[in-house]
Amino acid sequence: MKKFISIILALALCTACASLFTGCGSSYEGEINVYNWGEYISNGEEGSIDVISEFEKRFNIKVNYTNYETNEEMYNILKNSNSSYDVIIPSDYMISKLIEEDMLAEINFENIPNFDTNIMERFKTPEYDEGSKHSVPYSWGVVAMVYNKTMIPEKPKGWSALWNEEYKGNILMFNNSRDAMAIAMQMCGIDPSIVTKEDIDKATEKLKELKPLLKGWVMDKVFTEMESDQSAIAPYYAGDIFTMLNNNENLDYVLPEEGSNLFVDAMCIPKDSKNKELAEKFINFMLEPEIAAANAEYIGYSTPNTEAYELLDEEYRNSDLISPPDEYLDKCYTFYNLPDDIYSYMQEQFVKAQS
Amino acid sequence: MKKKNIASKIYVALLMLFLYMPIAVLIFFSFNDGKTTVWKGFTLKWYVELFNDNAIMQSLYNTLIIAVLASVFATVLGTMAAIGISNFKGFKRTAIQNASNIPIINPEIVTGVSLMLMFTLLGVAFNFEMGFWTVLLAHISFCTPYVILSVMPRIRRMDSHIYEAALDLGCNQWQAFTKVVIHEIMPGIISGFLLSFTYSLDDFVITYFTRGSKFQTLPIQIYTMTHKRISPKINALSALLFVTILVIMIAINIKDRKSAKAKGLE
Amino acid sequence: MKSRKPSIPYLIWMVIFTLIPLVTIVIYAFTDKQGNFSFEPFKNAFFYSNVFFRSLWIAFLSCLICILLAYPMAYIMSRCKERTQNLFVMLITIPMWMNFLLRIYAWVILLQNNGPIDMALSLLGINANLMGNAGTVVLGMVYEFLPFMILPIYTVMSKIDNNLIEAAQDLGSNSVQIFKKVIFPLSVPGIISGITMVFVPAASTFLVAQYLGGTEDIMIGDIIDKIFWTDQNTGSAISLILMVAILILLIIMNIFGDEEAIS
Repeated sequence: MKKFISIILALALCTACASLFTGCGSSYEGEINVYNWGEYISNGEEGSIDVISEFEKRFNIKVNYTNYETNEEMYNILKNSNSSYDVIIPSDYMISKLIEEDMLAEINFENIPNFDTNIMERFKTPEYDEGSKHSVPYSWGVVAMVYNKTMIPEKPKGWSALWNEEYKGNILMFNNSRDAMAIAMQMCGIDPSIVTKEDIDKATEKLKELKPLLKGWVMDKVFTEMESDQSAIAPYYAGDIFTMLNNNENLDYVLPEEGSNLFVDAMCIPKDSKNKELAEKFINFMLEPEIAAANAEYIGYSTPNTEAYELLDEEYRNSDLISPPDEYLDKCYTFYNLPDDIYSYMQEQFVKAQS
Repeated sequence: MKKKNIASKIYVALLMLFLYMPIAVLIFFSFNDGKTTVWKGFTLKWYVELFNDNAIMQSLYNTLIIAVLASVFATVLGTMAAIGISNFKGFKRTAIQNASNIPIINPEIVTGVSLMLMFTLLGVAFNFEMGFWTVLLAHISFCTPYVILSVMPRIRRMDSHIYEAALDLGCNQWQAFTKVVIHEIMPGIISGFLLSFTYSLDDFVITYFTRGSKFQTLPIQIYTMTHKRISPKINALSALLFVTILVIMIAINIKDRKSAKAKGLE
Repeated sequence: MKSRKPSIPYLIWMVIFTLIPLVTIVIYAFTDKQGNFSFEPFKNAFFYSNVFFRSLWIAFLSCLICILLAYPMAYIMSRCKERTQNLFVMLITIPMWMNFLLRIYAWVILLQNNGPIDMALSLLGINANLMGNAGTVVLGMVYEFLPFMILPIYTVMSKIDNNLIEAAQDLGSNSVQIFKKVIFPLSVPGIISGITMVFVPAASTFLVAQYLGGTEDIMIGDIIDKIFWTDQNTGSAISLILMVAILILLIIMNIFGDEEAIS
C-alpha cells in the first residue's frame, strides 16, 4: 500500500514539474491556430528571426503552430477531424478546391494593408483564386531535381534520370499523389494540369515501373537522405534543393528539360476560423518586409513580396533555383483543381502504385 | 560440461550485444558535434537544444498527464469491473471476458482506426475535434482490460469468507469492502495500474489515429522527429529516456531484493 | 461483494469504446462511398492481397527467428542462480521500455550508408547497400519483439520442477532425452504465448518497413495507414480481413496449444 501511494505521489510530482516547464506565464490576449508546411517558417535558427515568437511578443497573442507534409493531409484534417484553424497555407490547386467547397473565408483586405504595397503585381491576380478574395501569396517556386555528383557523375537532363536502372535503390520519389503523378505523366507525354482517369492509369503504370528502382517515397525526409549522401537523385521543390545544396557540396541541381510544375502557396483563412481578425493580423505581419525576407531566406523559396525581395542576399536573387529564367518558366505548368471523383481516384491509384 | 558453459556464456554475451549495441550507438552519437554519423568532436549542445524545444517539453507534459489520468481511471474502472464480472457465471461470464479482451488481442492498428472512425463520426454529429479527450478515452479503453486481467486472479484466489467475517465483526458493507477486499486484491490493482501506466506512456499507434492534428504526445513527437529532417536532438532524447528507464528498473530491483530479504529474515 | 453492479460502468464503456467502433468498421467495410450496401471495398481490398501475404510471411519469419534466438537464452536463464535470473530479466526488459520508433531508428543509424557498419565493411573492402530489403525489415522486427519471446518461454521454464529432471536422470535418461521428454514439452505453452505476443503485432505493424525496408517491402499496416486517409471503406475492409485472419490464427494456436498440453 505504501509503495502504491509513493508511486502515485512520485507521478504527481513529475506532472507538477512538467507543468512548470510549460504552464507559466500564459496570459495571452488571444490565440490563433496556424497550420503550415513543415520547415516553412523562419524559426530563429542561426540568428534568423523567430517569426512565431516575434509575433507572440509583439501582439501578445499565442500561436498554436502545427505542421502538415502534403496538401492532401491538410485537406483531410481540415475536412475530417473537425479541427478549427485560423491560418492555413495551401498550394494553388488546393486553394481552388477549398474555395469550390466553400471552406475558405473571404479575407478583409482592410486589415492587411501590406498586401497592396508589398505584393508583386503578377501575384495579385491569381488563376486559382479569381478576384483574389481568399488568399494572400506566401511563396512560389518550381519543381526541380537534386542529385549527388559522387554517385551520378554526369549532369542528368530530364525526368528520365529517375527511371534509370543504374541508380536502382538510390532514387527517391515524392510521397504525394499530385507531384508524383505529374512527373509520371510528363514521362508519358501527358499535360498534368488537367487530367482524366485514363491519364492517371497510364501514370500509375509508369510509377509501378519506377517502384522497384526506388529507395523510398519521401517528403521532408528527402533533406536527410540527400544531405547525408544516402540517396543519389530526387525530385523536389527548388527552394528546398537550394537549402540542400548549401548543406552538402556533393549535390547539384537540374531544371528538367521537359519543364515542371510552377506552384504558389498562399495564406488563407478557413471558414470555421473563430479568430478571423487575429488571423488577418497574422497575415499582415507575415507580409512585413523583414519578416517576409526572413521567411524567404529560411525556406529558400521565391518570394512574391517586392520589398522582401530587395532585402535578400544577392546569392538568392541570382540563383536559377530561386528565380528561374523566363524561358524555363514558359515551359512550366500549374495545377488546376480536379473534380472530386478524379481527385480521389488519383489518390487511390497512388496507394495502389505503392503497394 | 565446461565447454558447454563457455558456449552458453558466449551466446548470452552476443545476445546482449544485439540488444544493447543499437541503443549504445544511438546514445554515442548524441554527443557528436555534427549531424551525421561521422564523428566531429564532443558536444552537449543537442541536450541544450532539446530542453529549449518547447514542442518536445509540451509533448512530454501531455504524455504524463494522459498516462496518469488514463491509468488512474482505468484502475478504478477495471477493479470495479473485475469484482462485478467475477459474480457472473457460465456463458455470460465467458462472453464478457472475451469481449473485454478484444483490445488486447486485436491488432493495435485496427483498434486505432476503428476508434478514429467512430470519433470522426461523433465529431461531425456533435461538433468536436479529436485531441486530448479522444486520446484519453482511447487510452482508458485499452488500459482497462489489462487492469481486469491482473485483478481477476486475485479475486478468484480470495477467500470470500474473509468478507463475511468482516461483516460479522460489525463492519458495514462499504467498510468490509475498503478494509478487507481492497486490501486482499491490492497487489493485482498495483500491477494493473503499473501496466496501464507504461502502456499509456509508450503507446504510439492508437494515439496516432485518435489525436486529431494538434495534440502531441512524446511518441508522436518522436515519430515526427524521425520522419522529417533528422536532428541529433532525437539521440539526446533517446539517451535521457534510456537513463530514466535504467534508473527506475534498478530502483525497483533493489527494492524487490530488500523486501525479499526482509521476508527471508522474518 | 456478490453484486454484479460494479461492472456496469465498464460494460457500458466497453460497448461504446470497443464494440461500437468494431461495428462501425464492419458497416464501413460493407458500404460504398455513398453509404449503400456494397462488396466494392472487399473487391478493392483484394488488390492488396500480395501485400497481405507478404506481411504474414515477414511476421512468420520474424517469429521463427525469435523462437530460435529466444529458446536457448530462456533455457540458459532458467538454469542460473536466482539473482542472476532476476538480473537477466531486467536486462531483457529494459530495451522493451524504449519507444519502438527509437529502437527502429537506432538500426537506421547503424545500417545507413556511411553508418558504423557500412564504414567497417568498406574498410574490409565490401561495399553493400545494407538497408532497404526484406532482410532488414525482419531484422528490425526480431529486434523489436525478441524480449516478448524470451520472457514467456523463460517464465514457463523457470517453473519446471528440478525434481522432475532429477527423477528423469535417476531413471537413466541422458541430457538429450531429458530435453526431448521433459523440458521441451513443458515449455511449449511458453512458446505458444510468445508466438501470439510476437506474431500479431509483427503482422500488423506499420512504419517498420517504411524505415528499414525498400519500396517493395511495404506491409499491410502501412497500407491501412495510407488508405484510411483517402478511402475509409476499403481501409475498413482490409482492417476487418486482418482482424479475422489473426483471430482465426489465434484460435488455431489455442487448440494446438491445448492438445500439446494434453499429450
